Amino acid sequence: MRDTPWLRKSEPLVISAGAIAVALALFGLFCAIAGANPFGVYGSIYTAAFGSSSRIQGTLILASPLMLSALCTALPARLGLVIIGNEGALVVGGVGAVAMGLSLGTSLPPLLVQTLMAIAGMVAGGVWIGIVGALRHYRAVNETISSLLMNYIAIALLNHLVGGPMRDPSSLNKPSTFPLAAANMLGNLPGTRIHYGLIFGLVACGVAYVLIQRTTFGFAARTAGGNVRAARIAGLPVGRLAVTICFLAGACAGLAGMVEVAAVHGVANESLNAGYGYGGILVAFVARHNPLAAALIAVLVGGIVGSGGILQRTHSLPDATVLIFQGIMFLTILYSDSLYGKLAFFREQPVDIPPDPTPAAVETTV
Amino acid sequence: MASEALGWLGVPLAIAAGTMRGGTPFLFVSLGECLTEKSGKINLGLEGTLLTGAMSAYAVSYLTRDSLGPMLAPFAGVLVAGLAGMVLGFIHGWLCQQPRVNDVAVGIAMIIFGSGVAFFFGKPFIQPSAPLLPTIDLLAWTDLPEQFQSAVKISPLFVLGVAIAPLMTWFFRSTRWGLFIRAVGDSPDAALAMGVSIFKVRMLSIVAGSFLAGIGGASLSLYYPGVWTELVSSGQGLMAVALVIFARWQPMQCLWASLLFGGAQALGPALQSVGITQGYYLFNAAPYVLTLVIMVITCSPTRTMTGVPGALGSDR
Repeated sequence: MRDTPWLRKSEPLVISAGAIAVALALFGLFCAIAGANPFGVYGSIYTAAFGSSSRIQGTLILASPLMLSALCTALPARLGLVIIGNEGALVVGGVGAVAMGLSLGTSLPPLLVQTLMAIAGMVAGGVWIGIVGALRHYRAVNETISSLLMNYIAIALLNHLVGGPMRDPSSLNKPSTFPLAAANMLGNLPGTRIHYGLIFGLVACGVAYVLIQRTTFGFAARTAGGNVRAARIAGLPVGRLAVTICFLAGACAGLAGMVEVAAVHGVANESLNAGYGYGGILVAFVARHNPLAAALIAVLVGGIVGSGGILQRTHSLPDATVLIFQGIMFLTILYSDSLYGKLAFFREQPVDIPPDPTPAAVETTV
Repeated sequence: MASEALGWLGVPLAIAAGTMRGGTPFLFVSLGECLTEKSGKINLGLEGTLLTGAMSAYAVSYLTRDSLGPMLAPFAGVLVAGLAGMVLGFIHGWLCQQPRVNDVAVGIAMIIFGSGVAFFFGKPFIQPSAPLLPTIDLLAWTDLPEQFQSAVKISPLFVLGVAIAPLMTWFFRSTRWGLFIRAVGDSPDAALAMGVSIFKVRMLSIVAGSFLAGIGGASLSLYYPGVWTELVSSGQGLMAVALVIFARWQPMQCLWASLLFGGAQALGPALQSVGITQGYYLFNAAPYVLTLVIMVITCSPTRTMTGVPGALGSDR
């Protein structure tokens, strides 16, 4: 028997890379049909995403909320839950952080205010998705649908708050809350224009990985995700696990909302609802719900998202081109899941023993 | 606004008119989703189908306004919208039936892809105005005030949708094909034993459902609100999924549920027109809250919901 653990381990890598290559080819075909030079488009996307140090920094700024928002789908997925409420958790997290930041003002040292803002955002987002988990467990409400509905409720809540109770009267065209005090804004990493949100994202992905792969809690969650009935028989508190994981997932997306308001916008307004939620779902699925892979894929997707402007300027393609690229990539990655075990190259070589006659006999009796 | 002149009397009138206008896209998408889910697969991507349908209907209506004339062009748009929906449905139907591929995930991917397609090709059509679908004026012969007249203008698409609902009920209950779809959705093993191809039945159901969703998109861009913008659907395709659960997978219930959702959507603007501006956005969220509350009340961990197709949400 061939003992080739590297071969088995390389299968997901090869299949994922192959899927991305096929996605690139299909997207290139689409660009060619739309009248643009596909290689020019690839070049432009690369230049826009990673062409210079400043461009890389821009990509990383886009990647940080994507990482956090991806965890909102990736963590519950390990428990077998498909949660797509990232956008809603991000929005309520941003609103919660702004509410905390505005009510504290400059009465406390900035570091403490920032910490409390982050906690407020995480609690708001966590409770938002925690509700989804609780409804799933105690009322058997489908978590995909309910988290989707919670997105729209969150956006309506945001519009209501910034349009009425929390509105800054001086924000005319785009209703917003009062701005956060400049001292309370998250700073940039030394020597760059990347804000500390990137660190939050990387740390969250690392912590999530350790939690899921290296702790008993994560083991329990993965067991329940594999077989709920077996987990129940083993005495695992399935309901508490579901609610806790959902709370943590929502907390990550809520933190993304906090980062957006405290490092980018300075206020809460409709810019919070900028598609990081759906981008995060894409990242989570492409990364196969692995938090470490999610950090990497978020940088890639961040680069693609950020290249919309340059495609419009140099190839006169509409900015929705990036949306098509994301869609094609998502679809090919999903299709590639069906290829596991089908490629002869990765198949385990059969053990060389003479065939046993009993299976054939069983077959004839059935 | 009709209700401005009529004062408080205008509120029920505006809601009634809004129910019809706002309910039409819901009706088509929910009937399409109902047909799809009866076969045992979910299509979350109908949001993308709705947008693509809205865009292609508007674009075709605009481009053929001279060659076909302003009366026929919008109908060509409706047909093309349905065909565009079928193409997206084909992708979904094929992909979500591959081994180990989750239909919910494919749906989310199709939302991104479908809206990408719609925004990509729809960009040049945001500005120009295309001929819209004609409406049937029931009260044109009377001399009632203009407000009443505009409130009871009925779109042929609304009539068509209302006709499809009982037709689909009959189709599921009394036809051979309806039985195949129900068998595949409830018990794929039994369907297989009957000699029915699960793949083909699901594919046809998803493609036909996407055709209806595409027409739902056409009703957005060619009837109400009657424009093509990137915000034209605002999640109605996704809400249809919740609406089908609400309607217990019964086409006639889809009709009532669509009217209810359309009416709920009209509540915010109608109240705003009589001066109640507080909580405008909260009223907009009413359909979502309503769906969630109904799901919380009707779902139970100890029993499956009545009417749910057996294979829905499983890997079979």
